[in-house]
Amino acid sequence: MSAANINLKLKIWRQEGPNVVGNFTDYDVEVSPDSSFLEMLDELNNSLEKEGKDPVAFESDCREGICGTCGLVINGQPHGPVPKIATCQLHMRNFNNGDTIWIEPFRAKAFPIIKDLMVDRAAFDDVMYAGGFVSVNTGGVPDANEIPIQKDVAAEAFDAAACIGCGACVAACKNASAMLFVSAKVSQFSLLPQGQPEKYERVQQMVKVMDEKGFGSCTNTYACEAECPKGISVKNISRMNRDYLVSKAVSKTV
Amino acid sequence: MGWLYESLNSSIGKKFIMAVTGISLILFLIFHLAGNLTLFAGPEAFNGYVEKLEGIKPIIRIIEVPLALVFIFHIFNGVRLWWENRKARPEKYAVNGQSKNTNVFSRTMIYSGSIVFIFLVLHLATFWVAFNFTGEPHEKAYAYYGVVADWFQHLWYVAVYVVAVILLGFHLNHGFQSAFQTFGWNHKKYFPIIEKIGTIYAIVMSVGFASMPIYFYLNGGS
Repeated sequence: MSAANINLKLKIWRQEGPNVVGNFTDYDVEVSPDSSFLEMLDELNNSLEKEGKDPVAFESDCREGICGTCGLVINGQPHGPVPKIATCQLHMRNFNNGDTIWIEPFRAKAFPIIKDLMVDRAAFDDVMYAGGFVSVNTGGVPDANEIPIQKDVAAEAFDAAACIGCGACVAACKNASAMLFVSAKVSQFSLLPQGQPEKYERVQQMVKVMDEKGFGSCTNTYACEAECPKGISVKNISRMNRDYLVSKAVSKTV
Repeated sequence: MGWLYESLNSSIGKKFIMAVTGISLILFLIFHLAGNLTLFAGPEAFNGYVEKLEGIKPIIRIIEVPLALVFIFHIFNGVRLWWENRKARPEKYAVNGQSKNTNVFSRTMIYSGSIVFIFLVLHLATFWVAFNFTGEPHEKAYAYYGVVADWFQHLWYVAVYVVAVILLGFHLNHGFQSAFQTFGWNHKKYFPIIEKIGTIYAIVMSVGFASMPIYFYLNGGS
């Protein structure tokens, strides 16, 4: 048995393409409370296409909260009002009949809008190219568990690696700073033995590219942690600050 | 020294400057409040305290230079960060969700800081200038307490003072723990304690600095 459908007013950001002035368009929809947020948009797009209108462009892929493709700012919050879920995991039962929902793209200089609710997050890829890897020499296959790692440390590294790179931290930050994302990517290596040889070079390179891409600076408001669908901790940012400052102090680059 | 310039101009470098200067100012405020509390012990205690500082004037002057630089760096860098960070999001959100994911202290640093800065100018123009540059040294020897007591008879001045130090408390409440986060000292065991100490510190500073103008205003200068 399912609950009765609810009626909602959607105010969706429509923008033809990059560098075009966008604006909000109103849509009245009737939707099942059991449907997901993206299913609601699918239904809306079906009806728009039937009317011969341009459907709303938005991104999604796995729809189970692990790929980091989806991402909408819903009533001012990236991934909507429910903590620790991605947009695709948000269900309409979290809204009430008659609600008005504002749907906006992630807004940041470093995330230019492609169309409507789609943004270009290639800046994150560039940060990853700069240092989101470990260099491994070829040779024989190492034995499993050859390097002992304390359980707590492994768990902490895993928690950092849980980042899906969706960009909600940038979208939530009042400064559009990418510190939570970059610090998670720095930490997942910085914590483990395999990440040690390139630890300091990595943090310098990743921070450098992050700054070049036009993200803002962190002012420790911790909005990123509150909105992160994976609950990435701001302790990672603290770790990256420390790694960066130490690396700059001890490196032999003048 | 290219590496130093580059480091301090990176996003992490800029917050490091905020943290180092901020911690310096936090330490300064402790001494400032402790000294000023002699106001409650009467004219002799306060005048005696200022006289002691007068006695070591050359040292005070030397300390004042880095202190002024710290203030200037903190203010300049804070405004710069605010300005650059605004540009990182050229198009604003129609619905702002900040009240749901941040606390009021962290997102209003530029406003609380700006008002404290305006207050600082007024504060220096009234007290610091009067103490240092007006009147003959011998005549003003025991007049410091009087200058303070006189100013605190003006309701507007007391009101500005109280509002400013409350906002200073807001500023410090975020700034204290924020500095530790920036230095990379966010430890599961100690950080909650640092946050509490910061809040207690902020309240002590607000209440401490607000108590003097209120005390003098209510006592009518006696």
